[in-house]
Amino acid sequence: MEMNSPIGPNALDAQRIVGKPLDRVDGRLKVTGSARYAYEMQQENTLYGFVVEASIGKGRIVSIDTRAAEKAPGVELVLTHRNAPAQGTGNHRDAHPVLTGPQVTRYGQPVAFVVAESFEQARAAAYLVDVKYDRSNGKYALHSNLDKARVPNPSDAPAADSAVGDFARAFASAPVQLDVTYTTPLQSHAMMEPHATLAMWDGDNLILHTANQMLNQGQQVIATTLKIPVENIRLISPFIGGGFGGKLWVNADAILAAIAARQLKRPVKIALTRQQIFHVTTHRSDTIQRLRLGTDSEGRILAIGHDVFSGNLPSEQTYEGAALQTRTLYAGPNRLTQHRQVPLDIPVASSMRAPGEAVGLMALECAMDELAEKLNLDPIELRVRNEPSEDPEKHIPYSSRHLIPCMQEGARRFGWDKRNPKPGQVRDGRWLVGIGMAAATRGNPLLLSKANVRLDPDGTCIVRMAMTDIGTGTYTILAQIAAEMLGLPMERVKVELGDTIFPQAAGSGGSWGAGSSGSALFEACNALREKLARTAGMDPATARFANGSIASGDQSRKLTDLVGVGMDADGEIRPGRNNKDFSQQSYGAHFAEVGVDEDTGEVRVRRMLGVFTAGRVLNAKTARSQAIGGMVFGVGAALHEEMTLDPRFGYFVNHDLAEYHVPVHADIPDIDAVFLAELDDQSNPLKSKGIGELGICGAGASIANAIYNACGARIRDYPITLDKLLSRLPVRT
Amino acid sequence: MKAFTYQRADSTAQAAAAAVKPGAKIIAGGTNLLDLMKLQVETPSNLVDINRLPLDKIEETPDGGLRIGTLVRNSDLAADPHVRQRYGVLSRALLAGASAQLRNKATTGGNLLQRTRCYYFYDVTKPCNKRSPGSGCAALAGFNRIHAVLGTSEHCIATHPSDMAVAMQALDAKVETVNRQGETKVIPIAEFYRLPGNTPEIETSLKSGEIITAVTLPPPPPGVQLYRKVRDRASYAFALVSVAAIVDTAHGRIRSARLAFGGLAHRPWRVAQAEQGLANTPANTATFNAAADAVLEGARGYVGNDFKIPLTRRTLHSVLAEITRT
Ligand SMILES: Cc1cc2nc3c(=O)[nH]c(=O)nc-3n(C[C@H](O)[C@H](O)[C@H](O)COP(=O)(O)OP(=O)(O)OC[C@H]3O[C@@H](n4cnc5c(N)ncnc54)[C@H](O)[C@@H]3O)c2cc1C
Ligand code: SF4
Repeated sequence: MEMNSPIGPNALDAQRIVGKPLDRVDGRLKVTGSARYAYEMQQENTLYGFVVEASIGKGRIVSIDTRAAEKAPGVELVLTHRNAPAQGTGNHRDAHPVLTGPQVTRYGQPVAFVVAESFEQARAAAYLVDVKYDRSNGKYALHSNLDKARVPNPSDAPAADSAVGDFARAFASAPVQLDVTYTTPLQSHAMMEPHATLAMWDGDNLILHTANQMLNQGQQVIATTLKIPVENIRLISPFIGGGFGGKLWVNADAILAAIAARQLKRPVKIALTRQQIFHVTTHRSDTIQRLRLGTDSEGRILAIGHDVFSGNLPSEQTYEGAALQTRTLYAGPNRLTQHRQVPLDIPVASSMRAPGEAVGLMALECAMDELAEKLNLDPIELRVRNEPSEDPEKHIPYSSRHLIPCMQEGARRFGWDKRNPKPGQVRDGRWLVGIGMAAATRGNPLLLSKANVRLDPDGTCIVRMAMTDIGTGTYTILAQIAAEMLGLPMERVKVELGDTIFPQAAGSGGSWGAGSSGSALFEACNALREKLARTAGMDPATARFANGSIASGDQSRKLTDLVGVGMDADGEIRPGRNNKDFSQQSYGAHFAEVGVDEDTGEVRVRRMLGVFTAGRVLNAKTARSQAIGGMVFGVGAALHEEMTLDPRFGYFVNHDLAEYHVPVHADIPDIDAVFLAELDDQSNPLKSKGIGELGICGAGASIANAIYNACGARIRDYPITLDKLLSRLPVRT
Repeated sequence: MKAFTYQRADSTAQAAAAAVKPGAKIIAGGTNLLDLMKLQVETPSNLVDINRLPLDKIEETPDGGLRIGTLVRNSDLAADPHVRQRYGVLSRALLAGASAQLRNKATTGGNLLQRTRCYYFYDVTKPCNKRSPGSGCAALAGFNRIHAVLGTSEHCIATHPSDMAVAMQALDAKVETVNRQGETKVIPIAEFYRLPGNTPEIETSLKSGEIITAVTLPPPPPGVQLYRKVRDRASYAFALVSVAAIVDTAHGRIRSARLAFGGLAHRPWRVAQAEQGLANTPANTATFNAAADAVLEGARGYVGNDFKIPLTRRTLHSVLAEITRT
């Protein structure tokens, strides 16, 4: 099916199973440790690999002495650029060649790969590899290389620039103007499971157990890199311990293991260490964002401009799309957005936790807060006044948009009316207390996905696709869809994911997972319903599926009597006209209350609430968990997370979890997420929209706005750590 | 991690004899040592495991103090009724440190001897005088947000990361040791830690092979005890600045005060002059200010950590205001 028209009433609308807050079907496997992750796969005769990283940011390898490592106990192979095979090339989304030559383009680039009988032997030997470098001057810091900025042009992202009307003139003549610059830091995904792969060859066929979010894409990248046919590659990844974008693309672990396994004719296993993940894999670029907002005296936006700088390797086009939501969130006749990308000699910047919106809204939604204060308007009222009736740049309708109800319902639940708009007025002991809000929005993409559903004579339903579940609940919602569509109890449905021998799927990323894979399954179930109805001699349009039976009029047949040795059907969803003719986003509103210690500047979140609309909610429990997880990311982004670049070495200094801070339990107090009812008839057959990343979008801004309300300090440089607040707090002498 | 041999000590004397050999290293909880070994910051060739030694008791001493065996785990020490009742500052400091899992493993002696969290120290590809004497100090002109502002040298600006040691410093703890010859020694904590000077690799006054057996606490001084840790997140973060305070106040006047600081120097920081200055003065902003001046005498920031100077002042104000109010 291609999404070219509205969906209309369909079999999911009954919502007997879909939407219910059911426990995860894989929950028991996970809490008992029986869900096996890539590194836990056992294979006889396995060898272990350890990466040696470049310890310079840019330059050449002058010499690399592997003799001591090769002689070390247990070592079977030391791969370097001298003995690695030639590989295909491309940007990080197309290929991932390793050990290609003596050139070092970034810190942490693998320069050798040591393979031994045990992990400990490989690690010990890795320290014996003696690499001598000729260092050259690299460009490392974003802010000091802005003059080298270029217009990026990636094939898989919107154009870098957009313009409507005459921004410059409208801004210059606007009665109320705001011109502010926000910066967000370098961030690391910091997912729990490290990047890991077990690679083995069977003749010319490669099997990889690997932690990867998009298996079909990964297959392609590996084929290009290793120069082997796609059909020869099988990726298996039934469980992934978090990805957050860090496992969207193929990383060095998979390629190094595959190459070594081929040379050694034995399985090779590797997991990056926590410290290695920071440099060897991708991260989110820091951003510098200038926001210019011009309004009339009533607060109606006349001009809105958002300029963004981010960095990446010279060979990459990917940019951090921090201004993308600014193209669609608020009304206004004159608009300008620009993304500039600065070529830098640091590791690859790529997608992380709502790329674009996550950091874009931390600037835009704080600028809106600043603007509201300038106008002496309530921040919600300012947003209401700028609610667009259609997409202000594309001039197409929204598929569905309920931002205002989210804000209003959130305000009611949170007690927004008790907010004193004047900062620094509320205290609780040492704590200056403030509340803030921000809007949430995240695009709703749909990607090609296929599924197969099968009903066996014993009544078992098996769903198969090369989809992944990165901890979000995909297994569960897919089981719910199949159970609902075929009138089966949940226990009868077995969902099998994470294997490229199954039908091609979109994978998990960009909030497209549930909509794309769920719709493919919906289509497959529809096809199976039709087959079953026909077999039963019933009209597929009126047949009802319940309690393991199909019924029409007063006739009823057990499904198990109809399937013979088993009956299956395929389904497919493709994006279509709807994805061009409608502006599709999920929406929400965040509310946060924080305390700022008036002496030390320590900020602690006291409570948070997110109210969202995202079309049909497929499982109320996993949706809420996902939203809360995103809000926790928001706390991290506002208060904690930052990779610090040392420009002398071109590396991230705090590359471990002791010093790269993410929120811990004690940082997350009273937090809740609520979804308001909505169905989106234009998005996909499920009438759902993406929720994967919605929770993070705007969450950090609501905290920053609450900090301002608490103590009157507007910090435009994230994260808001106490050192930035100290000088803005009451004097203590 | 380099290959190493492992031996389990059956007696303190045996442990000391093994520990004095080149390349030997004591392992207690292992929560710091093993991390450093994985990164080859520490490369012992022989590990001497002391976990079976009978050094895990907390006993009252005849003078009314407490003797804490070196193998007492941080969580047990924090939960001990004597400690909670009479040495609240120590219990609080312990519970402000690390995480529950780490505290269950971490020992008293290991905590005292845990090494700095300086990022460059943790990465063997970077210059660091403490790890590799003479190689330079990458933190000096680098990222030094968590580094020291007091007692630094041009060779090293690392801090000692322990919370527990800060409270012990305020409590005038003594470190008991034994060496290979079986000779015991009692080292006042004020003399236990060293400033970096031009030998930042030497951190304490312990001699090679000298083993910590216990820490003793004299009876607590009068007054209210308080530990305040300022950090970047609510838990599981090292102190940017911490204060262990024991202040005796009556009718708005301070009778006596003890103040020790963490996060500021290569060792827990205590300034006699600041404490004496507070004694017999009214509890007000002026006296707090004078105390802060005395504590921060000679303080110097290195850009990234400049904020620690005003932060210390503000935190001290806050602590003294709170403690003299109660
Ligand atoms: C992520 C993380 C966060 C942390 N956060 C904090 C924090 O916020 N505050 C804090 O205070 N600490 C913190 N810690 C540090 C923790 O407190 C220490 O790791 C722990 O106290 C060390 O004790 P241990 O017994 O495990 O020492 P080990 O690792 O076993 O030993 C440490 C050192 O002491 C030596 N040693 C041990 N016992 C003896 C002895 N009896 N005689 C002679 N030498 C000995 C060892 O040879 C070694 O050099 C944190 C640690 C981690 C990993
Ligand atoms: S501060 Fe000390 S520990 Fe850190 S790099 Fe400098 S010498 Fe090494």
